Amino acid sequence: MSLGAYLAVAAALFVLGLAMMIARRNLIYILMGIELILNAANLNFVAFSRHAANAGTEVALRGQVFALIVILLAVAEAAVALAIVLHVFRLFDSIRPEDPDLLRE
Amino acid sequence: MPPGFGHADLLRLAAIPLLPLVAFFVQTLLGRFGPRKGDWIPVLALGIAAVLGVVEFGKVIIQKPWDPAFRAEWPGLFDWIPGAAGAKASFGILYDNLSATMTAAVGLVAFLIHLFSVGYMHGDRRYASFFAHLSLFSFGMLGLVLSDNFVSFFVCWEVMGLCSYLLIGHFSEKPSAAAACKKAFLTTRIGDVCLFLGIAILWTRLGTFRFTELWEAVPRVLAENGGAYPGWLVAAGLLIFGGAVGKSAQFPLHVWLPDAMEGPTPVSAMIHAATMVAAGVFLTARAFLFLSPEARLVVALVGSFTAIFAATIGICQTDIKRVLAYSTVSQLGYMIAGIGVGGIAAGLFHMITHATFKACLFLGSGSVIHAVHTQEMPQMGGLRRRMPITYGTMLVSTLAIAGVPLFAGFYSKDAILGSVLAHAMERRSLVDALPAIFLFVAAGMTAFYMFRLLILTFHGAPRDRHAFEHAHESPPVMTIPLFILAFFALSGGWLFGRSWFLQLGKGLPGMVEPTGHAAEVEHEAHGLALGGSLLAAGLGILLAFAFYQWKKLSAAAWAQRWGAVHRCVKNKYYVDEFYLATVVPLVLGLTAVQRWFDVRIVDGLVDGAGALGRLGAAISGWFDRWVVDGAVNLVGWLTQLWGGVARLFQTGRIQTYVAFGVAGAVAAAALVLMA
Amino acid sequence: MERIAFALFAAVALGGGLVALFHRSIVHSAFALMATFLGVSGLFVLLGADFLAVVQLLIYVGGILVLILFGLMLTRPDPAERKVRRVAFVLTAVAVPAALLVGKIAAAGRWAAEEGKLPEPQPAARELGLLFLLKDAYLIPFELAAFLLTVALVGAVYLARQTPPPPPPEEPR
Repeated sequence: MSLGAYLAVAAALFVLGLAMMIARRNLIYILMGIELILNAANLNFVAFSRHAANAGTEVALRGQVFALIVILLAVAEAAVALAIVLHVFRLFDSIRPEDPDLLRE
Repeated sequence: MPPGFGHADLLRLAAIPLLPLVAFFVQTLLGRFGPRKGDWIPVLALGIAAVLGVVEFGKVIIQKPWDPAFRAEWPGLFDWIPGAAGAKASFGILYDNLSATMTAAVGLVAFLIHLFSVGYMHGDRRYASFFAHLSLFSFGMLGLVLSDNFVSFFVCWEVMGLCSYLLIGHFSEKPSAAAACKKAFLTTRIGDVCLFLGIAILWTRLGTFRFTELWEAVPRVLAENGGAYPGWLVAAGLLIFGGAVGKSAQFPLHVWLPDAMEGPTPVSAMIHAATMVAAGVFLTARAFLFLSPEARLVVALVGSFTAIFAATIGICQTDIKRVLAYSTVSQLGYMIAGIGVGGIAAGLFHMITHATFKACLFLGSGSVIHAVHTQEMPQMGGLRRRMPITYGTMLVSTLAIAGVPLFAGFYSKDAILGSVLAHAMERRSLVDALPAIFLFVAAGMTAFYMFRLLILTFHGAPRDRHAFEHAHESPPVMTIPLFILAFFALSGGWLFGRSWFLQLGKGLPGMVEPTGHAAEVEHEAHGLALGGSLLAAGLGILLAFAFYQWKKLSAAAWAQRWGAVHRCVKNKYYVDEFYLATVVPLVLGLTAVQRWFDVRIVDGLVDGAGALGRLGAAISGWFDRWVVDGAVNLVGWLTQLWGGVARLFQTGRIQTYVAFGVAGAVAAAALVLMA
Repeated sequence: MERIAFALFAAVALGGGLVALFHRSIVHSAFALMATFLGVSGLFVLLGADFLAVVQLLIYVGGILVLILFGLMLTRPDPAERKVRRVAFVLTAVAVPAALLVGKIAAAGRWAAEEGKLPEPQPAARELGLLFLLKDAYLIPFELAAFLLTVALVGAVYLARQTPPPPPPEEPR
């Protein structure tokens, strides 16, 4: 398979994740959208890692190592974000994304 | 500078007016807190001033032969308003025979009045301030007689005007006193304005305020003008005399003086004897040189008419102080008339003798009022037995004022009568004879009303038992001044007065020694006047006794017979009413016109200016509001508009932010790709 | 064979994403997301990143998804969450040209490989897990990542269990 095919899938996944972040009315959807976007990014990393397979072991592995770091980051992010969501829920008695609009003030 | 006069004399002379002034300030500020409410401060100051005045006067008269031209002058001791030589206002001392005499007399009389006030005003509510004002009053008069120029003269003149206002209105709770002090102040103010104008004319024409320089300038002016008085000098002389008319209560400005009786009796004595009214006579003497012959005739006529006019009123009054008040007006007329016909020395002589016996009479009447608590003579009578000292001193003074030989008034009045008679005999015209006629008749009237007063008060049976029972002799602090004044009233004529004033008269500016025919006429006239005045005085006294002592003639019946005339005279010829009907409405009308002018024109101008200012402000405000504020508001509005636009993006919603972020990223990517 | 596998995995991933995006129930969305994760994991295998594929399965499906489900359980369902904003359809429509555009760029740009094919994967890429344990390879990044994860979890626990402050006073808007 060509690189372009993987990138196209990743791009489509990214847009779906984005749509999920913007269009749904639950903070947890935003989390899920982020996971999707991160997955799309990881797909890109790994695809490019494969693309650079001929450039030597060290260079070829960079993309995979980065993807692994991203996954770890996603875990941490998910944990913290969920804690925040719980907090917001307790604070505003709602998990609608438009309710916590304190940033507007 | 005359021999024997130096720096020490200057210090002594300067101290004479300054001591009462200092006493005034001390008494005003601290007097209330001092022992005896500080009355001793002015009394002490006046005592020292009187002693100094007498000492200096003694130095002048002790040198024989007397120098008629004696004159010591210390000009420009203190520059009040600095300026060029002629334009500056300074204080200086002019000490000549006239001011020497006046200083001694005024100081002495004022001191005695202060002393008397200690007893008379005892227990008064404003005891302390009374003495302060009295002291300032004395300063005014003493400063006035020692002034060497018209500016300081005028300052002292006005100080006296103020003090007369304060002192006449001392019992300001009484409406009549309040009215009287206003009347005195306003009436004399007319004269003051005249005086001020006269001074102004002299200064603009002659360029100096100093008396000596003015006296030297007048003959020069006359020589330039061919011996005649130029119109402006005539006007200046008459205006200055106008000041004297106001201050010395001459007709037609005499109305304030009888009302001034509302003040405490010592004040009356002060005004009538030593200070206020004497200032006018003094001024006339000082300004004699500025009077043209016609003006002098006016002076003589005004004085003599006042003399007889006031004497007739005095006959019909029942208030003891009012009789004395009209008597004063009448005697002042004598002095003024005497000066007007050229007998300056006679007029001044009479002023000094009058100061002594009138002060004595006033203090005596004060003593009586103090005892019986009324001023109405019909409620007195028989007080002779209760108040022998007062009676005795007043009798002496009455004899003096009536012109009985050997008493002071006889000599001075005789001198005046001689002068007017000489004037009449020399000129031989009806107008010139009028002063003589008036004064001789007035002399008889004076004797009459003064003895009427004496008899009604002290002789006969007591008409008010109650008052009589309570009457008692006054304390020594009041009787001692009476004694001293009575002594001068008795001896002032022959002791030294006559010869001294004859000498003094020769040195006064504007005096010419009569020669040849004129001298003979004068000699003759004085002989005639002696007989005439004796006749008039005797007749007056006789009539008084006939009416009131022996009751041979009935005053009531005579009043009945001459009903209309009596009423008219008793009401002071309705002069007050006349003024109330004419002058006062005129002034009020003038004031109304001025008010109209003020309200309509001046205020209109001011309002117009204000409206203009408001219009300008409105334009400026419009500009401010629409242009300046507009610019500012436009900036603000634009900012707000931009803020409103920006606000559309500032939703506070995470999702919108994400959307915008993506849109921005896409746009950026698109740009990169395009490039 | 590879094409079929790619198409299958890509379809699973994108289909899961679409279902997750549009399904009215958030629980269903979460399970649809599992499909996506599985599809991406398969794509990783196709790309020769076996270790990553396993890690993806373990962490995403076993960790994050469970976490999300717990989050759903701890909050109250909201009727509004069932609606999908219209922008989702627009973005979904955009996804197709976006994917095509990216694929075209990759094919035409300097990333274009000979014959349009990816090279054979490095043998070491398959044993990436071992490399993380080697002292002279990726041990330190690995340990640092572990440390980061620990800190994040502690922080999350701290945040979640803290008693929240009272709600801010209503202010007039």
